Amino acid sequence: MEWLWFILAGLAGGLLGGMGMGGGTLLIPILTLMLGISQHMAQSTNLIVFIPMCIIVLFIHIKNKLIDFKAFALTVIPAIGVAVGAGFLAADINEKNLKLYFGIFLLVVGASLLIAAIINSAGKSKKQKTLKNYKNI
Amino acid sequence: MEESRKTTFKTVALSLGAGILIGFANGFFGGGGGMICVPLLLLIGLSTKRAHATAMLVILPVSIASGIIYITKGFFDLNTMLYVLAGCIAGGIIGAVLLKKLNVLVTQYLFALVVIAAGIRIVFF
Repeated sequence: MEWLWFILAGLAGGLLGGMGMGGGTLLIPILTLMLGISQHMAQSTNLIVFIPMCIIVLFIHIKNKLIDFKAFALTVIPAIGVAVGAGFLAADINEKNLKLYFGIFLLVVGASLLIAAIINSAGKSKKQKTLKNYKNI
Repeated sequence: MEESRKTTFKTVALSLGAGILIGFANGFFGGGGGMICVPLLLLIGLSTKRAHATAMLVILPVSIASGIIYITKGFFDLNTMLYVLAGCIAGGIIGAVLLKKLNVLVTQYLFALVVIAAGIRIVFF
């Protein structure tokens, strides 16, 4: 029955990914905390599972001409270089430490998301207020 | 429609800086690059849709590069990956459909809290 849990973990990650939020940020802790997969293996699984998903979605985006190739070119070159170095670094770090660093990363990401959501909702209520005032006039 | 953006020193520096952060998150943590990429592309001046689409294209080759390193280091389990992938594809479709029906803000709050909870669990317990 273990396979069912892996499908459900993927479902949760895909669900968020499909909504444009970081699916992997959730998939990795589900795999390690709930299913007992090692941190390295969970990270590897997330990277590799993402590739076919990404290709499918990109077909649609390219067709809709939504890609900014200039920003892409400038960003991707340093990203690949650093990723290769960081990948080797992660592979050499022991499981316990990598998991701890990942936890800290989650706290930072979660806090930024929370702040972004608060700013978003503040902007929204301001808009609604302006709209109400407008209606009063 | 094509957006016209000026290439300034600031946009170039931001793009390169974003690339470094994305590469580090992707290679070291095996994910999370997209979450860094989208806000930085927004900062450069891309619209929300273009930022999301461009982020996907940036993350693809980066994930392939990182993935190759993880595989060569022996972190590969085909069975797990296939099951997770099957769930992911189904989840991705459901997520894309739900996006139109759900309150995005509530979902953002929930997601942020779940990520923080997972972080607390890992770091402190």
